[in-house]
Amino acid sequence: MNSVRVFFIGGLTSYRALFGWLSPWVFVPSLLVAPIFQILLFVYIGRSAQLESDEFYVIGNAIQYAAVPCLFAMTHLVAGERFQQTLGYILITPAKRLPLFVGRALPVVTNGFFVSAFALLVGGAVVGIDVPTSAWAPIALAAAVSAFACTGLGLVTAGLGLVVRETSVLANIIFGLLLVFSGSNVPIEHLPRWMQVVSAGIPFTHGIAAVRGLADGDGLADAWGLIGTEALIGVVYGTIGYALIRGAEFLGRRHATLDRA
Amino acid sequence: MARLLAIGWLFHLKNLTNSLFFVLISVLQPIIFATIAFFMFRSGDRPGGLLYAALGAGLMGIWSSTLFGSGGAIQWQRWQGTLEVIVAAPARFLWVMLPLTVSTASIGLYSIVATLFWGRVFFGVPLSFEHPWLFALALPITVLSLGLLGLVLASTFVLYRQASAFSNLLEYPIWLVTGLLVPLSLLPGWVEPLSWVLAPTWGMEAVRNAALGGEVWPGIGMCVLLGAIYLALGAVFMNNFERLARQRATLSLT
Repeated sequence: MNSVRVFFIGGLTSYRALFGWLSPWVFVPSLLVAPIFQILLFVYIGRSAQLESDEFYVIGNAIQYAAVPCLFAMTHLVAGERFQQTLGYILITPAKRLPLFVGRALPVVTNGFFVSAFALLVGGAVVGIDVPTSAWAPIALAAAVSAFACTGLGLVTAGLGLVVRETSVLANIIFGLLLVFSGSNVPIEHLPRWMQVVSAGIPFTHGIAAVRGLADGDGLADAWGLIGTEALIGVVYGTIGYALIRGAEFLGRRHATLDRA
Repeated sequence: MARLLAIGWLFHLKNLTNSLFFVLISVLQPIIFATIAFFMFRSGDRPGGLLYAALGAGLMGIWSSTLFGSGGAIQWQRWQGTLEVIVAAPARFLWVMLPLTVSTASIGLYSIVATLFWGRVFFGVPLSFEHPWLFALALPITVLSLGLLGLVLASTFVLYRQASAFSNLLEYPIWLVTGLLVPLSLLPGWVEPLSWVLAPTWGMEAVRNAALGGEVWPGIGMCVLLGAIYLALGAVFMNNFERLARQRATLSLT
């Protein structure tokens, strides 16, 4: 029962603190307005390059922008606690680590999904894309799974945050790499072979492909393989991330370096 | 005053170069956007324009470093506890802040170098400039005009506590409406008048025409004119901020 409480209450409290008590002055510009302009930028570059349809860029960027809340929030999981000098207090508690850290991921997944859904709806309306109403529910599922997969990657960066000082730089780099490799703006088949191999193993690639297929009329059965692969990628990254956090915690205790990277 | 500006610029340039965050903003981020643009232009039905994309991505980096640097300029001084000292110094506050905002734009020069190098080595972008001397002139004038625009931003961001979030908000829209990677003719007609009052539009035009051919002087002239207007606006805003902060004793408050 205590673990369930740590999972839900601890996760929610941590999440509220993340955005300075959910200040709209941070949330709205960073997570609601910026993705719309990212979509518009790539829609217009796409029109200039005459490469793909507007729908291609709206979907790619809306789903990929979940990386901002997922990566930065999870990375801040450790760095923020260290900055506020509360990391030691948290790690000294007898609370089980799995609900402690994974509980903090749950609101992040929810927020990542919300940001993607908002960007998809508003960006799609601004640009004027046509997605069948029947596709919205499966698209929502694929978007939620994509946010989950990226949060798994975020758990990895949170683990690295225990040994790396510049965590926001790390999150920025990974955000940029996801933008290049996930096929959000360049069709995967146009990337060099080695980049295609990398893109197959990162969050968003399969999720974005699934959403594009669903928007073009595929049924959930057709997209199930892609959505399942995306979920599996999330589980793998999440497991690696959790192991990294435990390993870094062990090293931090041993060398008394928890409060400094 | 010239000494104050020169030493201040050099000091802040060295200081910012030591920041991993700024190096990332200036080098890696433009490379990422340049890479995407290279792939998009190369794969699309309108191949070519790779040098166009490399220069555009480079100027995107200059804008980003100006935006984040100028947005945080006064806040950093607050955090470091140096704001009161700067305001109390005999030199005018404006002339102390100006080299800081110009240096944040200057850091963006790394962006141009990085995207041109990246494009040449990995994408075979031809680095033949139509007017190399005008290119060498247009680039620093563009940087200076962006630095002066940064001065206006720095002074107005004082009123906004979450300046970094506001910086995030301004990054993509300015990239878009100033035509750094997209021709302005593709954008809705109402965007064009907005682009006229933004120095990156004219800087991009000057730099691009110097590299690819076309009229360079109108772009340079507009950068100089807008830079003078930004300086005047920045002076008014800075004076007002300093006066209000002294009156209300809020200089060190965030």
